[in-house]
Amino acid sequence: MKQKALKCFLMLALTASAQAETVFVTLEKDNALAVVDPIAGKLIKTVPIGQRPRGIFVSPDNKFLYIATSDENTIKIIDANTFKELGKLPSGKDPETFALNPAGDRLYVSNEDDSLVTVIDVAKKKVLKQIKVGVEPEGITVSPDNKWLISVSETTNMVHWINTKTNAIEANTLVDPRPRAASFTADSQQLWVTSEMAGTLMILDSQTKQIIKTIGFEVQGVTRDKIQPVGVVIDKERHRAYVALGPANRVAVVNAKTFEVEKVLLVGQRVWNLAFSPDQKRLYTTNGTSNDISLIDLESQTVTKSVGVGTYPWGVAVKP
Amino acid sequence: MRLATVPYSIPAIILLLTQCVNLGFIQAAPKQAITHTYNIAYLTQEQVIPAPLSNLDPFVKDKGVIGAELGIDDDNTTGEFTGQQFNLKKFIVPLDGNAVDTFTKEISPHFQFVVVNLPAQALNQLADLPVAKPLLLFDVGTRDDALRNEECRRNVLHILPSRAMRADALAQYMMKKRWTQWFLVVGPNPEDRLYAEAIKRAAKRFGMKIVAEKAWEHTYDARRTVQSDVAVFTQTEDPYDVLVVADEQGQFGEYLDYRTWIPRPVMGTQGLIATPWHKTHEQWGAVQIQHRFLEKAGRWMEEEDYGAYLAVRAVGEAATRTQSHESRSLKDYLFSDAFALNGYTGTPLSFRSWDNQLRQPVLLAAPRSLVAVAPIDGFLHPKTELDTLGYDQPESHCHWDK
Repeated sequence: MKQKALKCFLMLALTASAQAETVFVTLEKDNALAVVDPIAGKLIKTVPIGQRPRGIFVSPDNKFLYIATSDENTIKIIDANTFKELGKLPSGKDPETFALNPAGDRLYVSNEDDSLVTVIDVAKKKVLKQIKVGVEPEGITVSPDNKWLISVSETTNMVHWINTKTNAIEANTLVDPRPRAASFTADSQQLWVTSEMAGTLMILDSQTKQIIKTIGFEVQGVTRDKIQPVGVVIDKERHRAYVALGPANRVAVVNAKTFEVEKVLLVGQRVWNLAFSPDQKRLYTTNGTSNDISLIDLESQTVTKSVGVGTYPWGVAVKP
Repeated sequence: MRLATVPYSIPAIILLLTQCVNLGFIQAAPKQAITHTYNIAYLTQEQVIPAPLSNLDPFVKDKGVIGAELGIDDDNTTGEFTGQQFNLKKFIVPLDGNAVDTFTKEISPHFQFVVVNLPAQALNQLADLPVAKPLLLFDVGTRDDALRNEECRRNVLHILPSRAMRADALAQYMMKKRWTQWFLVVGPNPEDRLYAEAIKRAAKRFGMKIVAEKAWEHTYDARRTVQSDVAVFTQTEDPYDVLVVADEQGQFGEYLDYRTWIPRPVMGTQGLIATPWHKTHEQWGAVQIQHRFLEKAGRWMEEEDYGAYLAVRAVGEAATRTQSHESRSLKDYLFSDAFALNGYTGTPLSFRSWDNQLRQPVLLAAPRSLVAVAPIDGFLHPKTELDTLGYDQPESHCHWDK
């Protein structure tokens, strides 16, 4: 009996550890990186990382973290296990958001003050090109089929479609005011873009580059101007998308087929960025002004826990 | 200051950028054929430099104009992708010159949109000219409530918040803090009295009480007897929570803080101020435009610059969205529900149909800290909370007969 219990316990422990992923959160005001165990719902540690860290990515092989330290005008390469700094990428001025291509060998940075996108060869740590885009480029993403690099400019109100082979703009789509983030569906067929000021989510067709649907949000007891969508992620099966609604302190659950808003989930204050767990069963949110992250169980669609991480949590990335 | 941490100097960055361009690193935006050109005039007049209160803040001569230039830069960056070009022509009338002459001879025959940075009287003098009727004037210099009420003009859009909007913003904050007993100190100038009127209106609107009111008649020189003057001056019969000062030119307001008889905060035109823009503001992308402006101007953005930036951007936004060259359709767009201008204050800005005032949040700022942004949470309005500031539609005295 005892043995059986032990075996059971071991198996449980194994399953748990098999699921255990690590969540990394950049803390803009603490100049640090928070390391969170989301299964235990605990902050493991906080590591000093550099001045004003914002955008963060895990390399496709899970060995490195790329972190934009905006006030140091660089993107740092950090060992994902030891958190030692391994090198720096020439990001251009004041890097905030950036994107990696699926192979992980090209990194694209928005340089907001100069209206540029910088293309970096990751292995050589070299700038390959700087592409002139609209005023205050912010959201940036690469399509999963590696065909399109998308740069969204906040003040020009445009989505720029950049060919990843030529690094040249091929098309521009005018969108709702102050567009923030952009995400492709897994099949690269649709681009989902949020507008902070119109409070909308727009779905663009990758073929026609046109807006096929604009979704508005309503939250009971919250005025329209508090609804400022920022981060958006879509699950692999394109069943559901999740949108961070900023100072509305909610994450909206959108049916990715019918485009209906199914639910809004109450999270922390000024929710900015979102990341799925590797199995897409959980969602993690950074809550800018309540200094915590919310853990959302996607099967039950409930917020299970919030974990205090530090001042101004900005970016979030997950390592399996 | 964040720029101080930048390891390169600005000239070095420009040099680097130039080199990059030379090497073909920077890809130019695809040159789209220019299909439309939009001309915007900026009109202002030189002013007499006022006597400085202290030697800390240099007099800024070019308030407004650099904001307009930054707006044109942004319009044209967007225009590169839409085939639209925007031109700004600046008209700076000398001290002894005549703005009406410049307007009728050089501006009205060639421009549909005019950014005007002039005092109230001069503004309406231009607006009433027959040649100005089909034009659109963007007022980036006044805060007068009369211009938005009895003296309103259909062809004038007011970008900066009125005194009433500023006073309401302060009142909302004080109501939240429950600082309901005010001591009002009024300066000697007509503008100070207008500001005081707005404060009284706000007090009434939000249920605050002005327990004492005094006119400042003392010295304007800190090197003389300010210390004892203020202590005596700020003794009142009834106790008060805050001292509200109306001194728009800044002749004495700065002397009040820390010198009052009882320890009380100072608000109004000094101390905690209500303003559309402030150097301490960094939320909602503001830090980016603060940087871009600082780099261009070598100084912080003043509210007139912010106003001129918004005016020029409003024209750009209307042009981009309508893709039209027709003055009529651009104007229609500016007044439509679709118009939503980004002012870096978290809420889309638009024009109030009843008085052409730009609807906007008002910042409450201390010299080195942004204290709050009005409308303050909890002040509700059936349409938009922004309309809790200033003259709402039912209160407006503006009738478009002129």
